[in-house]
Parts: sequence; C-alpha cells; structure tokens
Amino acid sequence: MKKPEALKEAQTHYCSGCGHGIVHRLVAEVLDELAIREKTIGTAPVGCAVLLYDYFNCDIIECAHGRPPAVATAMKRLMPDKIIFTYQGDGDLAAIGTTETVHAANRGENFTIIFVNNAVYGMTGGQMAPTTLLSQKTTTSPFGRRSDVEGFPLRVCELLATSEGPTYIERVAVNNIKNIIKAKAAIKKAFQYQLQGKGFTFVEVLSMCPTNWKMSAAESLNFVDKMMEYFPLGVFKDRWNKK
Amino acid sequence: MTEKKIMKGNEVFVEAALQAGLKFYAGYPITPQNEAPEYMSKRAPDFNAVFIQAEAELSAINMLFGASAAGFRCMTSSSSPGISLKQEGISYIAAAELPCVIVNIVRGGPGLGNIRASQSDYFQATKGGGHGDYHLIVIAPSTLQELYNLTMNAFDYADYYRNPVMILGDGILGQMFEPVEIRPYKSILKLPEKDYVLDGCKGREPRVIKTLWLHPVDSLLKLNIRLDEKYKKIQKELNLMESSQTEDADLIIVAYGITARIAKAAIEKARKEGLKVGLIRPITLWPFPSATIVKASKKTKRFLAVEMSNGQLIEDVKLSLFGISGIQVDHFGYGGGWYPSPKNIYEKIKEYYTG
Repeated sequence: MKKPEALKEAQTHYCSGCGHGIVHRLVAEVLDELAIREKTIGTAPVGCAVLLYDYFNCDIIECAHGRPPAVATAMKRLMPDKIIFTYQGDGDLAAIGTTETVHAANRGENFTIIFVNNAVYGMTGGQMAPTTLLSQKTTTSPFGRRSDVEGFPLRVCELLATSEGPTYIERVAVNNIKNIIKAKAAIKKAFQYQLQGKGFTFVEVLSMCPTNWKMSAAESLNFVDKMMEYFPLGVFKDRWNKK
Repeated sequence: MTEKKIMKGNEVFVEAALQAGLKFYAGYPITPQNEAPEYMSKRAPDFNAVFIQAEAELSAINMLFGASAAGFRCMTSSSSPGISLKQEGISYIAAAELPCVIVNIVRGGPGLGNIRASQSDYFQATKGGGHGDYHLIVIAPSTLQELYNLTMNAFDYADYYRNPVMILGDGILGQMFEPVEIRPYKSILKLPEKDYVLDGCKGREPRVIKTLWLHPVDSLLKLNIRLDEKYKKIQKELNLMESSQTEDADLIIVAYGITARIAKAAIEKARKEGLKVGLIRPITLWPFPSATIVKASKKTKRFLAVEMSNGQLIEDVKLSLFGISGIQVDHFGYGGGWYPSPKNIYEKIKEYYTG
C-alpha cells in the first residue's frame, strides 16, 4: 500500500481508532486518481482536523469555526477552474456553521463538502454535538442526551436534500472495509461532479471517536453501526443519476 | 478623461472600488448602506466582478477571507450592527494578513440603535473590535470626492501592508448626493507580489493560510511581534490629515468625517468675527495623526473634540497630548444619531470667548 501523493510524509496527531486518518486517505486517493491535487484548495476546519494542512499535500486555508462554506464559496466563484473542498466536523458544520452550510448548499455552489460526523466535539474534549445520539453521554450531556432538553440529533443530509440547490448528497461510513470502499466511491463521485461543474456535492461520513466515546477501538466500530439506525446510509440526492 | 457625475455616497465607494480592480463584493442588507450592494449587483457584470448577497454578515466577511486568499481585490460594506457581526472575521483576516476593504456607514448605537448618522463606532474601528492585538488602517473621508479617491487608495494600502482597511463613513456620507469626478484608477504605491495566494500548488510547494499557532509554543508570540513591527511601520508612514488655520489659533477643533465639514462652516463664521479658531481633521483615524496635534499644542493650548458620539475621538486627542502641561481638551457631541449644525458648533466656540 503506497502513500497517496496528496498526503504529506507525516505522522498524524489523531488518537488510535479515530476515523479521520481513513477519511484523509480516501480524499487524498481521490485527488490522486483524478489528478487534481495541484489545482485543489482545501479548507481546514476548527476541530480535530484543524491541522490537516500538516497532512494534505495541497493548498489549504484554515477557516474560522463553521465558516468554510463561505470561504469556499468565494474561492470557487473567483476560480471556477480550481477544485475546492471543505472538510468539516459536526460542531463546525451542523452547529456554529449551519447557516453557511445551508445557504452554500441552497445556492448550489460548485464545491465539495466532506462532513465527518462522529457525534461528539472531539478536540475540545467530548462535549455534546448537534449529532450526538439520544441517551448518548458526553461531558455536557452527562445524563445522556434528552430530546426534551437537548433536542434531537440533526440529520444534515436529509435537511439539505429538501433544497433544490444541491446536486449530490450521500451518507457513508468508515467502520468496516465494505463501508470504506463505498465511502471512497461517494467521495470520488462528489469530486467528479465538481470537476464537471455539476454543482454542490456533500458527503457525510459516519466516523469513530473511541477516545471521547470512552470505548475501545473495536467497540467504536459497533457504535457507528448504532449511529446508522438514526443516520441511515445512502444517497439522498443525485441530480444527475435519478433512478 | 474624467467624467463628473452626481452620485450617492453609498454608490461612490463601490464605483471607486470597481475602478480600482474590485473583483469580489459580499454584503448583507442594512440601512443606511443598502445602495452599496444594490449598486454592486447591477454594476458587477461590467467589471467581470462577483457580487454575492450573503446569508449573514459573518458569511460575507468570511467570503472576503476566501476571496483575498485567492488573491483578488475584495470589499464588504455594512452599518454598525452588521460591522459588529463581522468582527470575528476581521480578526482572522488581520491575523492572516489578508488585504481587503471594509466600509462602515455608521449609524446610531448601541444595540439596534437607529438609522441616523453617527460616529459612535470610533473605538470599535480604531482600537480593535475583534479579539487579539491587531489594527485596521482606518480612513475617514468627509466629502464624496474624497470617499471616491480614498477608496481607491484603500486597496493600495491594503495590498501594500497586507492589512485590512476600514473606511469609516456615517449615515450622512452614505446617503448624501454630490458631484464626483470619476477618475481612472492609478496605483499610488509600488505593490508587492502576492506570494501567499492559494490557487493550487502547480509548479510550487503547497501553501497554507492559517491563524492557529500552537507549535512551537512561541510561534504566536513571534507573529504578534512581527505584526506589531508592521503596525509601527504603518504608524510611521501613513498619517493623513488636514490642518487649517492652526498657526494663530487659540482654539483648535479636532473633528473627522462629516463633522469636520460641519465644523468648517462654524469656524468660517467665527473667523469672520475675529475669533482665532483652527481645525485639525484626522483623515487616517488609525494611525492617528498625533504628531500634528502635538505640534499645534506648542502654540495652541485649547482643543475641542467635536464628534457624533459621547466621547471617543477625544481619547486619542488626549493621548496625543499626554504629558504636555497647560493643555485643555474639551468635548462636544452626543451619540444616538445626533449631529451638530454649524450653529451648534459656533455657539460652542463662542463659549470660550464669552467665558
């Protein structure tokens, strides 16, 4: 197994069993396979992946919390021949940056969002995220998330699919080989659509956070299966491939 | 060939920006600056520029973060409450040393305030606004021609110093009509090459634009020291002001923007009556032209800061004169959408002479 050219020679800071390394690799493999690394600008989020410029071997802009879709909007409008992607976590994309996400999607901006959903704020130490499951314990939902107090987990793919704006929306997972292969295919499709100028593409990746879930790496893989009961995998929108 | 047109203030700075090579504008509706995005939405196609009505002020300023990182001249405009919302993004833009121009057509505050002209955002503009140690270059025009010319220059200052520039106007400047000469853009500075631009790493090493400095532990300190050196250089090099009739003055009015213009009428009347009143009008509010005020204090001992605020500009006047003995600095003005008439200021002047 060879390191993709779109990744730098570096050891990541991610915890054992974290899904970010897998998602980084999938994105990098796609950049390589489509030969777009040298015309790609990625955005780094605020969250565990903030240091992704240490790992990705392409131009990267680190954005304020939740704002990558606004930054990406301007970059893509000004440089339509470049490839722009944002890489965002659940707090970044579905809490503080909900506005930017919904409106970039609704305008059908021609860039790609990779949304890593691990149901928790990772970098700040395991607080409740908008996607935290009901009854899931976090450092700010110590009694387990209660729908009548903390509300329900937010289904972003489903939310965005109500808009006419987006082109392609899919939810995938990286908790086993089969799912990883599907995740790669979804990410590749998203970038291909962007290359063809086909509009807004969004891939949500259900991913593991054993450290903040307080689980072993093996247990965390099963927890992703549990997430799927609330966050079903699948294609929520594919404007160019209607079945 | 220059063309003279009657224009509204809010249109003037957009036209000037387009002439100066503006390629990206994002904004959000707020009174009294709505004519700016409206004008831009019509005019952008003529200049192959991008106009986006953003979903929020935060989005608008963060769009500028992206536009500037891509190497394009970019601008946003708003009014006070909207500018407060933009402060997060402004701090990041200053930290990343990205050039852009931000226009604040100031209205009454605090809170939602009102939609009348005000100068109560002086502190926010000149002392920070967002988090962290940073400075904007702040420019305060007082006529629409000056607004036109200085908007063009603002893009040069932004590119030259790699620093955001704020044009601090007010509701009167934004809403009034005046004839303006539409001069073609000519750069006033030798601009450095934009070697930071993110446009894909073909033929070069990948670049990063970031504002997080965790490792090594002194990396943020080093950035702050470098920024401070840049700010000191700007303070040394950029001091725009107008000074009139200060040589023999026994009272100097310090005022900026539209207030300075109103003060001029009052001073003219006072001078006709033999009252020796002068004017210092800071044009750059940051850097503040302290040296001019210090120099004037050698002859003049009384200063009156006139502003449409409860007292913000006056602090810079006092700071400029700090440690100099026998100086009197007074204040005249109110926030909340109040503006002075020439008569108000004239009467204030008279108080010094009737004791």
